[in-house]
Formats: sequence, C-alpha cells, structure tokens
Amino acid sequence: MLSLDIERGLGDFRLAASFEAGEGVTALFGRSGAGKTSVVNAIAGILRPDRGRVAINGETVFDSTLGIDVPTPKRRVGYVFQEGRLFPHLSVRQNLNYAGMFSRGMPASEFDHVVELLGLRELLDRRPGNLSGGEKQRVAIGRALLSSPRLLLLDEPLASLDAHRKGEVLQYIELIRDEVKVPIVYVSHAVEEVVRIADTVVLMAAGTVLAVGPAEEVMGRPDLRPGEGKFEGGAVIDAKVVDQDIEHDLATLAFDGGTLTATNVDALIGEPVRVRIRARDVSIALERPQRISIQNVLQGMVVDVTAGSSGIVDVVIVVGATTLRSRVTRRAVEQLGLKRGLGVYALVKAVSLSRAGAA
Amino acid sequence: MPILTPEEQEALWLSLRVAFWSVAVSLPFAVAVGYALARASFPGKTLFDAAVHLPLVLPPVVVGFFLLLLFGRRGPIGAILEQWFGIVVAFRWTGAALAAGIMGFPLMVRAIRLSFETIDRKLEAAASTLGAGRAGVFLTVTLPLALPGVITGVLLSFARSLGEFGATITFVSNIPGETRTLPLAIYTYTQTPAGDAAAMRLSLLAVLLSLAALYISEVLVRKAARRVAGEDALARH
Repeated sequence: MLSLDIERGLGDFRLAASFEAGEGVTALFGRSGAGKTSVVNAIAGILRPDRGRVAINGETVFDSTLGIDVPTPKRRVGYVFQEGRLFPHLSVRQNLNYAGMFSRGMPASEFDHVVELLGLRELLDRRPGNLSGGEKQRVAIGRALLSSPRLLLLDEPLASLDAHRKGEVLQYIELIRDEVKVPIVYVSHAVEEVVRIADTVVLMAAGTVLAVGPAEEVMGRPDLRPGEGKFEGGAVIDAKVVDQDIEHDLATLAFDGGTLTATNVDALIGEPVRVRIRARDVSIALERPQRISIQNVLQGMVVDVTAGSSGIVDVVIVVGATTLRSRVTRRAVEQLGLKRGLGVYALVKAVSLSRAGAA
Repeated sequence: MPILTPEEQEALWLSLRVAFWSVAVSLPFAVAVGYALARASFPGKTLFDAAVHLPLVLPPVVVGFFLLLLFGRRGPIGAILEQWFGIVVAFRWTGAALAAGIMGFPLMVRAIRLSFETIDRKLEAAASTLGAGRAGVFLTVTLPLALPGVITGVLLSFARSLGEFGATITFVSNIPGETRTLPLAIYTYTQTPAGDAAAMRLSLLAVLLSLAALYISEVLVRKAARRVAGEDALARH
C-alpha cells in the first residue's frame, strides 16, 4: 500500500526513514521531534525529501533519481491535521464537499455514508468557529475521507483534545478503520492510542526508524522507551470480554492463557479489547498466595531474565501462549532464585489493568 | 437638504462615476500587487514596495504632473494609447479616474496585503491535500479569507477618489461636466463671488458621502470578519 524510503537534512536534524505499510492502521510512534510529521508531510507531498522514493498503491509519487514528484493535489492522500484546519469561511457541509470542487469528490451516497458514520448530520449547516474540538476533528476526518483518498494520514489527531474528547474521537477512528477500507497512517506519541488502534507500529526516534512490526510485538518490547516515563515497557494482550460484574464494576477478560479481572473496561460482553499490562505492575510469587487483595494470579514460567540498569531486572513470563513482563529488583531475583524455566505466579492488580486507549 | 443646481448634480454624479471606475479598474491590480508583496520574494521588492507607496507621500501635484507627462497626448504612454487603441485620457473624465485610481492605489494595496499576511497558510496546505491546485487554493481559500482587507481597501480607495484634488486638477484640469468633480467644483465656488452657499452645500454633501462610505465599510468588514472567523451567521456575542 505504502512504501517509503526517504532522506532529508533540515539543519541539524536529519531524517532517514524507510518502511512499508499495508492494510489497516500503521502507527508512526515516537516522541515529539522524532520526525513523524516530516514523514507524513513527505507522503502528502508537502515536504520534499532530498533523496529517496515514496510509492502509494504501487504508484511512485516521489522518486529523486527518476525526478518524479507528484504535486500534493494529485497524490490523493487524505490528511487530517492536528489542529483540524477546517476552512473557517465555509460551512461544515461545504468543508466536507471541498474536494468535490476539484474533481476529487465522491458520490452523494458516499457523502451520506460518511456523514452517518461520523455523526455529522446535525453539524452540516454550522460553521467551524463554534464547533467543539472533537466535532472539528470529526469533520476534518470526514473531509479527508470524502476526497477519494488512497491513504489516510492522521497526524496527532487527538493531541489538542481533552481526555474525554480523545476517547470519543478515537472511537470514530476505530469505526473508520473497520468500516472504510482505506489504509491509515496514524501519527502519535501516546502509547495508549497506538496500542489501542494500531495493527503495525513504526517506532521512530531522532529522525530514524528504530523498529517496525506488529503492534503487540513492538509495543511490548521493554527496551523501547521513546517517551521517557510516558512509555513504559509492558505486554499488550488481545483479549475478549466474557463477563461483566456490574455489581463490582469488574470485567472478566479471556486471553490466550487464562482470564483477567479488570476494572474500567467499557465494553460489551463478546467485544474484543486490547489491554496493556505494564511490567512494573506485575509482581512475582513462587507459591499461589492466600488472603491477598490481588485479583489476578496467573500461573506461568520464566523464560528470560534480563538485568537492566540501577538494580532493575526484567523477567519474561509465559502464561499459556501469552508473554508477560515483570519488572522487579535484582534483590527480588536473588531472593526468589528466579531463572529460566522456573514455574512462577504472576500477580497483577485488577486496578492496574486498563483498556488501552481509555485515557 | 437644499436642492442641488444642475451644475452641482453634474459634479456629484461625475465624482461618483470617477470614483467607481478608478476603484473597479485598480482592484485586480491591487490584489495582484498585494499578494506579491505579501507572499513573493523577488529582487527589487523593497524598491517596488516603495514605488507603490509613492503616491501616498508625494505632493499630489507632482503625481498629476507626471501623469500629464506620461499620459498627455504627446506623452510616451498617451501617444501609444491614442494611436493603437484610440483612447485619450488627457482632459477627459477617464483621466480623472486614472489620477484618482493612482492616488488611492497605495491605500488599497496596503489593506489587501495586510489581509493576505494574516492568513494561516496551513489552511492552504490543507486545501492542496484535498485536490486544489494553486489557482484553486487562491480562489477558494486565500482570496475569501482576505475579504475583509479587500473591502477595507476598496472603501478607502473609493473615499480617497472622491476627495482627489491635486493630481486631478493638474492632469486633467477643471472642465465643467468632464473633469470637474466634487472637490474641484467646491474649489471653483470658493473662487467665485457669492459662491459660498454652493460651496457649503457641496461640502456638506462631501461629508455625507464620506460618512456613508465609512459606515458601509465598517458594516461590511464586520460581517466579513465574522465569516472568516468561522462563526455562524446568527452567532451571538
């Protein structure tokens, strides 16, 4: 779908990125200044790389050696900017129909579909100035979708929203991902968003790509900490809601290896959810503890013990077919004699589990 | 309001016609020059900028004199216009419109340029991702967003045209019915014995016209500003 290999020098900053993105959502993930926005700008043709090649659906839109540089309006890339960038002098309807003026429009049926999908019916005759942040982003997404895009670029679309709106807009983006078959490149520095929405993750730092791979894999790696504090190593688990205990406000999630009890899961029974368990929230016991408040006691086996810096050790535990990570002190490792092959119990507090993306 | 004599009416209509055409013809040029000054960088830009503003600071008589030299029937441009297009501006009302247009040009350019400069260029980038080429972006985003400045420029230059005196009288003289606009008529009356009453009537008229122009400009600009700020038509404040 998208293949990219570009280089560009901007003063002290050098961008050298190369990756391929397929169906579904590809997240460009990394801290601010990693070069994520430069990459999407290069895809859209807003930024011109010094060297390299960009191809969308097999069509080369930029190639420095062949001298190809398709201008932005002809690239057919839908772009949702961080600040929405709705045209203030046009109504919501006119914003949505904007691409239609330049033969990039879509049939009326598609217009209705997108308007329904994003819940824009009520807003059509309003002007952007009085819309809330979340409404603006929904219109911006609709406007990009209605420009016959081959690829949708979302550059930190939630960054300027408060926590409540974030969740709301994220739900709409998930809806787009599932309903509209257009590949999405999603730029973000927020772990929770990326974990929740991405199929593939491209991890960037200082203008280069550090890792590319399936979301569960890249986001689970403990060594990748681009957000310094914000990002903390852990495991990402795909699970399914099997029970909701309304009385205690708890959900039971089934995953490949057992069940988890979690709070704060706003999902229906049968709905798939992705949860993230941070390594520092996982404790280890050698025997099944009795009379303890911890709700999740998972039987597993240590498969790796990696000493980190300043007395910290990362222990990898497999539970069924799922890999968990636990971050403990070196003293704890010595006291328990943790080593590869040892049977252990991983302890996870229910309150530390949250549905990815639920801010 | 005292009824105007036919002579006075003539001066009024002539003034309005001169002002209208001076604005109508100079507007496209002012948009182009304002856009170039706001966006383009080219060698000699500072000099060009200064040249555009020259009529604002030069004595109007000097502008009128230069116009006479250039556009007179024997002047380099005037001769070409007459020979090739059969257009004569010297001592005609069209010449008065030319003089008024040139005197009002810097005011119009300034207002339009300022408006272009305040436009968020990110909106233009957004438009290009949606399929708009350069001309499309200009016509659907840039120009509509610059509308308040364009309106201000038009009204300022219109008012300036109504008041133009020095360049007009120097270039096209003071011919009743042809180049005697309101200010020239007022001047003529003040030079005529017993012309004070007529001069006063026309002066009051000039005040009314200027007030009306400023009022209309204010209303239109406010409306346009609301529009480019993205507010609903019935927005409350």
